[in-house]
This record gives sequence, structure tokens and C-alpha cells, in this order.
Amino acid sequence: MAIDGLEKIVAGHDLFAGLGDTFLSTVSGCATNVRFAADEYLFHEGDAAQQIYLIREGHVSLEIAAPGQGRMAFQSAGPQSVVGLSWLVPPYRWTYDARARGDIRAIALDADCLRAKCEADPALGYAVMKRFMPTIVERLHHTRLQMLDVYGTPG
Amino acid sequence: MAHPVEQMDMTDPMVPTLARILRKRVEIPGVVTFELEAPGWQGFAPGQFNMLSLFGVGEIAISVSGYDAEPDRIVHTIRDVGATSHGLSLLEEGDTMGLRGPYGVPWPVADAAGRDVVVVAGGLGLAPVRPILYHLLANRGDYGKVTLLYGARRPEEILFTEELGQWRAQLDMDIEVTVDHASPGWHGHVGVVTTLFRGADFNPDTTTAFVCGPEIMMRFAANALTDAGVAADDIYLSMERNMQCGIGLCGHCQLGPYFVCKDGPVFTWGQMRRVMTVKEL
Amino acid sequence: MTATATKDVTPVVLSHAGLDALIAALAVDRQVIGPVRRDGAVVYEPVSSVADLPRGWVDDQAGGTYRMRREGDRLFGYTVGPSSWKRFLHPPKQVLWRAGDGAITPEPIAKERFAFLGVRGCELAAIAVQDKVFLDGPYRDPHYAARRAAAFIVAVNCTRAGGTCFCVSMETGPKAAPGYDIALTEIGGELLAEAGSDAGGMILSAVPTRPATQADLDAAAAGIAGAEAQMGRAINTEGLADLLTDNPDHPRWDVVADRCLNCANCTMVCPTCFCTTVDEVSALDSDATTRESRWASCFTTEFSYVHGGAVRPGAKSRYRQWMTHKLGSWWDQFDMSGCTGCGRCVTWCPVGIDITEEAAAIRSDLEAEGG
Repeated sequence: MAIDGLEKIVAGHDLFAGLGDTFLSTVSGCATNVRFAADEYLFHEGDAAQQIYLIREGHVSLEIAAPGQGRMAFQSAGPQSVVGLSWLVPPYRWTYDARARGDIRAIALDADCLRAKCEADPALGYAVMKRFMPTIVERLHHTRLQMLDVYGTPG
Repeated sequence: MAHPVEQMDMTDPMVPTLARILRKRVEIPGVVTFELEAPGWQGFAPGQFNMLSLFGVGEIAISVSGYDAEPDRIVHTIRDVGATSHGLSLLEEGDTMGLRGPYGVPWPVADAAGRDVVVVAGGLGLAPVRPILYHLLANRGDYGKVTLLYGARRPEEILFTEELGQWRAQLDMDIEVTVDHASPGWHGHVGVVTTLFRGADFNPDTTTAFVCGPEIMMRFAANALTDAGVAADDIYLSMERNMQCGIGLCGHCQLGPYFVCKDGPVFTWGQMRRVMTVKEL
Repeated sequence: MTATATKDVTPVVLSHAGLDALIAALAVDRQVIGPVRRDGAVVYEPVSSVADLPRGWVDDQAGGTYRMRREGDRLFGYTVGPSSWKRFLHPPKQVLWRAGDGAITPEPIAKERFAFLGVRGCELAAIAVQDKVFLDGPYRDPHYAARRAAAFIVAVNCTRAGGTCFCVSMETGPKAAPGYDIALTEIGGELLAEAGSDAGGMILSAVPTRPATQADLDAAAAGIAGAEAQMGRAINTEGLADLLTDNPDHPRWDVVADRCLNCANCTMVCPTCFCTTVDEVSALDSDATTRESRWASCFTTEFSYVHGGAVRPGAKSRYRQWMTHKLGSWWDQFDMSGCTGCGRCVTWCPVGIDITEEAAAIRSDLEAEGG
């Protein structure tokens, strides 16, 4: 059945691996399968953060537009990563552009749907937050390492 | 009573031989590669280094960067960061420099036969691991899945772009390259090299990892590999410290109990994990 | 050294005249280096007779303190001064090679042959420590090897201990362990002499001696026992190596860092410190260049300099490195302690940092914690 298939796909992503059947079913209720073609945008800076993207295949480029410099890519996200963390904090707006570098296959979770379900069931909410936190912390580690510019000429 | 001198080899390991530059190539601004010839050179194992002398200036330790099965060409990639490296980088084809070596504990490439190999390199760290890749590709059947994850600062600072292209074309090695800071026109990955691990799809139980780059990058990479389930003793790093002699007699390169020149420069993460996290050790 | 006579290990007794004859016999084909009082300290310099030795002089040593004064009539009443035999075996500067006109010329191995007169137990042990470093590794220092092979050692068993001595704790004295060619112990106005090698036996048989009596042997043993009982310092070496290597973040390192001046005296006077740096010295008027190695110290910024900065930027990490290496990681590297208990580092530290005190402080602190 299509719904079971989707649950399997959601369970197959690193973010929700080992979530447990009940919560998996609840979360999958907010999920759809999506595709993007190369150079399509997943979202733009300033848009309402309506979706969370669990990337299954392909690479996303996180970018920001700077006048006179065109668009600047500052981070890539590939298979098994999560794109879109702004859904977690008000005002729920995207801070950057996300562009498909090649063809993308992903699971899109509706942010309003997921937030509502987490509010209704704190246990689910905690389980979901517990899974997003490592992604956020890991991205912070990577960003700090990027800032340290370790390959730069010393002194 | 003293050690009987008749039984000892009295050659002085601090005296270099003369090496002549056959070919010079500028890789990126500030980084050059030399191909040298030196009479009597016996060859090297991947991961070893030579002490290169610029007469009148000084001597520095540089990893050998060529193919270990081609002993007639000694390849060194040098970055201009100090007086000696600067002077060396100004030499031209036909010039000579002093050479002593090879020294050091090599990458255990042959020991990884039958396993998957992940090579993680950052910045100039691609030079000391290039011999691993040559060896793997020349003996491809002996190894499982081979993956190269390489991080550079900017697209303009990616080393060995031609060879990366050739290796990609061979299709039997996964190569992912990322940059810390993208430039306009860069269509590849952006982010530190550890961001490549998640999508790299390797089996931690059958993987041997060789990691080389700035120390901070190696710590992050080694931790990410152990988080992914690779055993600490299956992760190898190449360390650097101040070297004056390269042969365990001057004391400068000590890192905890280890002499980087003779107990390393290749160590396991199991050995390095503690010493690399004690500040200013 | 082939011996035509069989080795005679029977102890004999030398008068001062006999010692003069011994020095003369050694001087035939060696430069005899012995203790001389100069600039208020005992230093090691060429000697030609007993008259050159610091007879009747002893030293009072404490943290950051060294004074000589008159006491008694012994030739070897002093203990150790700032100099050690490493100055001769592993000199402060060694030319390695010279280059010019496209050729490299290795520095010839020096032909000098030394006889060391007055090597204490702790000093003999220190020579053995440096032998391990320079002769037993994958690469060997041929200059050290040649000097060492040619060195004739006349050891002296101490009959008086110094204020900073702790050779008993380090098991290196006061009696010198085998490794000498001749060992002397001062008894009254004479010296008990024992050969420790064929070469030593041959030299002794060529100078006037009388057989040693039981009374002589007893007097020597009593003298050595007296020195043993007099030790200025002690250190508990039980589990000390791990104690130091396992506690790199102990607060005691900050305490000693506040005192340490990074002056590097300790590494210069220490008889086992072996670190060197390598320099290129160029002629101004030609393309000639000389590569030299010279003594270095882990207390300098240069020592750990890599990629734009020093790995060990200050006193805390440097003192920790020095002490942990000396008493701890030396075991991992060379399967022995790097310290022989001579006490020089305590005496010659301008602020009197005492390695035995530091070790005791860390140990008692950890034991108090139950660690």
C-alpha cells in the first residue's frame, strides 16, 4: 500500500531510524514523496517554512544572494541529511535559499502538520526534537570548523 | 667500557645526498611539486618523508608524494610557509637540493588488503595520501570499496585536479570533493570534509581509514569515523611536529611519549586520541 | 682493546703519587679530563696531576644554591658541579657537514680520545642513558659513537653526598655500577682502586699500588654507606611514570609554571638531556655553508615551533614536557628512567624548582583524592 511504502521510506532515513511504529505512523501522516530537478529551488529566503526535507538522493546547495556577488553557496546537504531547520523556531521563515544541485528525491514533511502533532502529543514532540537536535548540533560543529579556516596559511 | 666501534656502522645519517630537480610544476599559488632524482635512492613506502635541504638556509621534513613502485622519480609537493620551503619553491629544473630519507612509519596500505578503504584528506593533506591512492589503483583487485573524501579551502586551492579527473574517469573509486568556501562558478559540495561522511555509504566494520590534513580537521574526521562505527585502531592519521633531524636523535618532534619521526608520522587514532586532546602536549 | 695480560680484578690501593702515575699513564694517548675548581664551582677540564684537583673542597648545594667551602682533605669531597661529561661526549656544538661548489663533505670523525677522571655513579648512569639514545636507536650518532668508544672512565664512588643528591632513589649510586674502566674510593689519604675492564686492569698494573687489605675494603664500604645515609633528597619512583603521563592537567603544573623562568638551565646542566637543534651557517663571501647541530632545550619557543606558533607556548606545558619526559615517557622510549638523581637541576634552577618536590606534590595530591 502507498502509505506503508511511505512509512518504510521515512523509517529508512537516518533522521527517523528506529523511531518506533506508532510515532512513525503519526509522522508519516505529514509526509509526501517529492522530487526536484537540477537547479530547481526547494525554497527561497524569506518564504514561510512550510516543509522539512529529508534528502534521499541528490545534493542540495544552501545559498544566499549577495548584491554584486550573485549567489554564494555556503553549505551542501546530501543523501541522509535534513534540509530546513527554520520550521523549528518562530517566525518560521526560511533564512536561505536551497537549490537542487542535481536531481533530488526527498521526503517532504509538512511543518504545520508536524508541529500540530507534536503539540498534541508531547511524547511524540520530544522524540521528534531528540532526532532533530543531533542534526542541528552537527551542523553547528561543521559550521564552526568551516569558520576556523583550518587550511588557511597560518600566522 | 664502551660499545666496540668496530662493530658499528659509522656513516652519518645526518649527511644528505644531492638530489637534482627533473621537473617542477606549480600546483596552485604557493604550492609546487618537484620530481627529483637522487643516486642510491632505494624507494619509499607511502606515508614516509624525506628531509630536504636548501643549502645555506635549512632543512625541512616533506612527505613523499609519488608512486612507490616508481623509485626513480622522487615526488615532493611543497607549500611555501617558511624560509626553507620558500627558498625550495624558487628552485628550478636542473637545480639541486639535499635529500635524506626516507624516514618514518608508513601507511599500512598492504594490511588493508581485502578491506574497504576510505581516504580523507584536507588541504595539502592530499599530497601525503596520494601514494596510497596510486598503490590502491595499481592493485585494485586487492581492495574492496575505495573512497576518497577531499576538502579544500576554496575551489582554486584544490590540488591535483588533473589526477582527480583521471581517477574519477576510472570509475572504480568514489571521489567526493568539497570546499570550505565556494567561489562563483563552483557547482560542487560546500562544507567541511566531515559533511561528506554521512552520504559516503561505507561499512564501518570492513573499513580502514587513512586521514591526513590539519590537526583540527583530523580530530573532527577521526571522531566522525568512530561515531560512524569505525574502530579507532582502523583509523590512521599522519602527524606533524617540529623536526630537526628526522631520525629520533634531536628530541624536537616528541608528542607525548612518541617521536613523530620514528614512531610515526603515521599513527592510529587509538594511539593519538589521548595525546591529541591534551592541550599543548 | 686487546689485553695481553689477563684481567686482574683484585682491588689495590693507590697513594696520591700512584694517582699521579695513573694520570700520566692515561695521558700517553689520551686527554685526561678531571675536576678543577674554577669560578667558584667544580668544572671538568684537562688535568695533568693530582695538584690540579680540588683537594679539601666540598660543595653545599640546595635549590638554587651552590657554594664551595673548605672541609677536610679529600680529593673528591665535592659532589657534582654544573658541568657534566656530556660536554665531551655530546658537545654543545657539532659540525655535521660542509657544502660548497656542489659537493657535500661530511665532518670527519674526531680522533680525540678522552680519559674521564672522577665520574660519579650518577654520571656513569647518565652516560649509559645517552648511550641508549645515541647508539641503540634505528639511527646512530657516529660522532658520539667514536668519542664514547675511545673514552676511558675512572669512576669515583662517593663518600659524601650533596644537598640535592638522590642517586639512592634512582638506584644509580653512590657506588658506581659496572661500566667503568677503573673505580676509585677515597679512604683516608689513599684510594682503593678496582678495575672494571681489561683496559682498566692493564693501566692499574702499570702504576705503583699496594694490595688492598680487608680494612681498606671495609673503609671504602663505610665511606660509601656514609654517603648513602647522607642523601639530600629522595623521590618515590613507584608508579611515577604513569602518575605523570596520566595527569597532564593536574593543577600542580600551573603552580610550578608560576615559578619557572623558562631559562633552560636545568636542561643544560642535566647530564641526560640530549636534545639538539640543527642550524645552517653560511659564509658571506662564497656559497660555502656549514650544517651544525647544537644543544637545544625544550624550554624555548623554537623547540616546539610548528606552523606559525609553538605547540608549547609557555612554562606550564614546557615544564610538564621536561619532567614527564625525564621521569615518565623516557621509560616508554628507552625502557629506563631519564633521571639519574644527580640533583643538578635543583641546584642550578634560579628559583630552586625541585623535581623531587614536584613529584611528591603530585603524588600526595592524587593519593589524598584517592586516585
